[in-house]
Amino acid sequence: MARSVREYKKLSIITPILISLEVVIECIIPFITATMVNEIKTGSDLNNILKYGVVLIIMAFLSLAFGGIAGFTSATAACGFAKNLRKDMFYSIQNYSFENIDKFLTSSLITRMTTDVSNVQNAYMMLIRTAIRSPLMLVFAFVMAFVMGGRMAWIFLVVVPILAIGLGIVIFKTFPLFKKVFKKYDALNKSIQENIKGMRVVKSFVREDYEQEKFEAAAQDVCEDFTKAERILALNGPLMQFCMYLVMVFVLSFGSYTIITSRGLDFDIGQFSAILTYNFMILSSLMMLSMVFVMITLAGESAKRIVEVLNEKSTLTNPEKPIYSIKDGSVSFENVSFKYSPKAKKMVLENINLEIKPGETIGIIGGTGSSKSSLIQLIPRLYDVSQGTVKVGGIDVRNYDLDTLRNQVAVVLQKNILFSGTIKENLRWGNKDATDEELVEACKLACADEFINQFPKGYDSYVEQGGANLSGGQKQRLCIARALLKKPKILILDDSTSAVDTKTDAKIRKALREYIPETTKIIIAQRTASVEDADRIIVMDKGIINGIGTHKELLAQNAIYKEIYYSQNKAGDHNEE
Amino acid sequence: MKNKHAKNKKLIISRLIKTIFEFYPLMFPIAILCIIFNATISSIPAIFMQNIIALVEQNWQAGDWNAVGEKTLSLVSILVLLYILSLTSGIVYNQMMAIITQGTLKKFRIKMFNKMQTLPIKYVDTNNHGDIMSYYTNDIDTLRQMISQSFPQLLISTITVITVFGIMVYYCLWLTLVVIIGVIIMFFITKKVGGGSAKYFIKQQKALGQLEGFVEEMMNGQKVIKVFCHENEIKADFDKINESLYNDAKAANRYANILGPILNNIGNILYVFVAITGGILLVFDVPNISISGLAMGISIVVPFLNMTKQFVGNINQVSHQINAVVMGIAGAQRIYNLIDEEAEQDNGYVSLVNVCEENGQLIECNKRTGIWAWKHPHSSDGTVTYTKLTGDVRLFNVDFEYEEGKTVLHDISLYAKPGQKVAFVGSTGAGKTTITNLLNRFYDIADGKIRYDGININKIKKSDLRRAIGMVLQDTNLFTGTVMDNIRYGKLDASDEECIKASKLVGADDFISRLPNGYHTILTENGSNLSQGQRQLISIARAAVADPPVMILDEATSSIDTRTEAIVQRGMDALMKDRTVFVIAHRLSTVKNSDVIIVLEQGRIIERGNHEELIAKKGQYYQLYTGAFELE
Repeated sequence: MARSVREYKKLSIITPILISLEVVIECIIPFITATMVNEIKTGSDLNNILKYGVVLIIMAFLSLAFGGIAGFTSATAACGFAKNLRKDMFYSIQNYSFENIDKFLTSSLITRMTTDVSNVQNAYMMLIRTAIRSPLMLVFAFVMAFVMGGRMAWIFLVVVPILAIGLGIVIFKTFPLFKKVFKKYDALNKSIQENIKGMRVVKSFVREDYEQEKFEAAAQDVCEDFTKAERILALNGPLMQFCMYLVMVFVLSFGSYTIITSRGLDFDIGQFSAILTYNFMILSSLMMLSMVFVMITLAGESAKRIVEVLNEKSTLTNPEKPIYSIKDGSVSFENVSFKYSPKAKKMVLENINLEIKPGETIGIIGGTGSSKSSLIQLIPRLYDVSQGTVKVGGIDVRNYDLDTLRNQVAVVLQKNILFSGTIKENLRWGNKDATDEELVEACKLACADEFINQFPKGYDSYVEQGGANLSGGQKQRLCIARALLKKPKILILDDSTSAVDTKTDAKIRKALREYIPETTKIIIAQRTASVEDADRIIVMDKGIINGIGTHKELLAQNAIYKEIYYSQNKAGDHNEE
Repeated sequence: MKNKHAKNKKLIISRLIKTIFEFYPLMFPIAILCIIFNATISSIPAIFMQNIIALVEQNWQAGDWNAVGEKTLSLVSILVLLYILSLTSGIVYNQMMAIITQGTLKKFRIKMFNKMQTLPIKYVDTNNHGDIMSYYTNDIDTLRQMISQSFPQLLISTITVITVFGIMVYYCLWLTLVVIIGVIIMFFITKKVGGGSAKYFIKQQKALGQLEGFVEEMMNGQKVIKVFCHENEIKADFDKINESLYNDAKAANRYANILGPILNNIGNILYVFVAITGGILLVFDVPNISISGLAMGISIVVPFLNMTKQFVGNINQVSHQINAVVMGIAGAQRIYNLIDEEAEQDNGYVSLVNVCEENGQLIECNKRTGIWAWKHPHSSDGTVTYTKLTGDVRLFNVDFEYEEGKTVLHDISLYAKPGQKVAFVGSTGAGKTTITNLLNRFYDIADGKIRYDGININKIKKSDLRRAIGMVLQDTNLFTGTVMDNIRYGKLDASDEECIKASKLVGADDFISRLPNGYHTILTENGSNLSQGQRQLISIARAAVADPPVMILDEATSSIDTRTEAIVQRGMDALMKDRTVFVIAHRLSTVKNSDVIIVLEQGRIIERGNHEELIAKKGQYYQLYTGAFELE
């Protein structure tokens, strides 16, 4: 984690130095004020008083300068550290494989990048500011108290341990309590989330009252635990006040006794006020120290969660000597078996052998859960095989540079995702240098041009997050166009035309056949109509290849294919378009 | 505009204080009194110090302790007494405020939660769930800080400043003037720097939200990012947002960090000026102007210097609370917004009651008879009629719009006699889900009529209407608790046997009994320890326990393995038996077995009839049917 400090290292070191200087000056100021007060008391002439005054004002400005600059540098260093942390986390997440991402939940990753980083940021600022300041202040004020107050300072040897032990007990007592209650608090918040998500269920079963009762009990429980912890914590303030008072009473009674009996030799009125000032300094810095301790311990948990993200090694990496070009669009599966997690018992794909020639059009058909999508995700290396090899252009996909491979293998995923931005911006994901003409051309091939032109702003229309303002079919067509812009050697459509009507679907397939004949096309579909004209059709069933052949061959020999075909077509004399 | 805003802020603070008063009508005033008492007493010692120092000053050259000892000690004992009082009140208010703070937060949580239960479903549909959650987390946290720390601190500082000021004037007007000038300067700096800090803190919150939104969108589209090798572009976009968050955070913290040193050192300089002024007054023997009429002397200057410290210290304390207060007000504002949301209106007066049949007459009874009837009081003639609950649902020319002017359903008329099955078919956005939302009045129709057993549903109490209509949704929502608890959710007074019977009916019993703890297995995080199909089975069992005459089913499209799918299907079929059913259909067999199929397109019914009729018609249904059955 310390790596993330980087360019802010200098500021992180300067800050404590500046703070130290500030503390030194802050501790000397009461010393000089005391001398000045004595001068006033003894009625020395105004010049003398003014001299001290000027020194004091200069010191105040110096202290202001050091403190102010330290304020700037510490803010910059802490926020910069936080910025780098977020950046490092995001970058390392971008390099994660899906196996890594599945391990953390999306929501947990987001909390780690926001709340946890903020906690660490605050603790870091504390660390370089207050963690230096408080102990230093404590020591200096202690020394000065003895220098100035003489015997009177012995009282601190009594008071400081009292306060330290008191604060220690409070922390010791509350810490486990808070830890426990925060867990309950999390559970409470989770139950709220559950309620929000399940509001339709709550309302349709008319369980509002029941939910309220349940929540009130849980809230009461959390409240009681919190109150218990807070009440112990609330002893801090009075404890501090008690110690202050103790010193005050002691100094006032014993101090005046000493002044009078020693005729001002052992102790004088100037020292009187100085020791009271140091009293405040010593006790408040002790208080701060206990706060710093708590903050940093709390941030420790957050730091742990951040480090987990940073240290996670991607299970899918670029080879050492990657190959940067792909010969052609041929694909072959050799004895491929695959499961999503090493821990899973069952293979999702088992012993797949398959040869696809460049330029071929392959249809894949099969019921849900037959692992059609899992099969094609191995080609652009979204996942790595568990056994066997997948080859593209005759070479194992694991030997290619990842970007090269994925740029040549375009996949239109089943779950169509567009990003907030204009249509143009979304299309240019495929090729950021594409000209407007190229965009239009791709959209025409994907039959998207027609509806885009109906939008008031055409290609500059805004797509909301997740493409919420487009229909399913429109999204699918845009996603196809986006993939076409890559000009890939292999194009994979994973059930990408399910929401498109049959006529348009056929039109898109025709366009693909005519305009990009050299590109290998793999089409996963639910309806047989979408794959009938493919060179070969693969029938998947429960993770294995059940049959390969043309439409006619399969219709004659393959039971599953036949069943699917007839369930979709037996309605009568349905004509293929 | 700005003025109005400021006024709003004050309104929120006073409303917040009023609310706390309502929650703790006794403890809160006592706590306030203790705070005032404590703060007042804490500032008095200055007087005693002045007295003791004056004594010492007069007598130190004589060196005779006996002459002053008694007097000093008596002053000190009064001081000790005051300190004891101050400490006691300090402990009392600290303890009370701890109780009040946590109690208030609890009550706010409950208030918000209870309010949320009464809100129309539209609220949950139209508000981001993350935003709603942040009321309970972030906003409540800001309130905690404000009530437990800022509020007492502000009160203490105000009181201290007033009493110290009084004492100052009591001793010496000249020196007080010097302090006042210093305070005015400090006030302006606090306002400027503290205001800047608060402004950027709010900006920082916004930037943080933006970053969160961005990361969420990208994480959801991670596969697409990888497929298009867009990692680097995304990183660049992230850097931009991250950089602006950094800038706001930096500015906010810088302002906050320099405020301390500035105020501290103005305090130091002020101290010097007070000392020098004191010196000048002493040297030139300037006549003192004060309430006490005391002559100028070292015994006035020394405590005055201490008071200056106290004064500055308190202003410093206040300045530390500025951010907390600004954020607390914003948090309170949002919390009040939720509490003030308008609850779902229910003007229904027809209720669902248990009846028994005597001589063909329906008579209301208190015990559970298993026969239900609608109790319909007629205001015109004061009579009450009973209509047996059968599950007959009819829609007449229904129009509906989510937003004014954007009609999503046009002229929908359809009926389902008791026991009939109606299937809705159509593409995404055709209005299938919307129709089901109207039946149980999650949303109210714009025009037309919906009748349940011949009664206009607007006249039926919403709770009773919803009890008479069950729902199984595509996204199953289970709650933390045991499997049994989740099934019993359908009918809270159901016995274990009833729940098991319902599970058996829908075919869920088989897998539940095989769970490690059977029906007592605890489900967490929406049943994440179960498979999708198993979750669906539990939600079907839940609906079966409720046993309503009318069911709304939303068939799942998501992929579950074929074996479970078959089991889920059998469960659905068992649930549909002998009920009026509206089903958003995705599967062929469901549609085929329906009495009526309603084909929707863009909010209109374009075709209706049973399977054979529609196939024969060769219209849209025929197209859909032969084209594909994957509609979504």
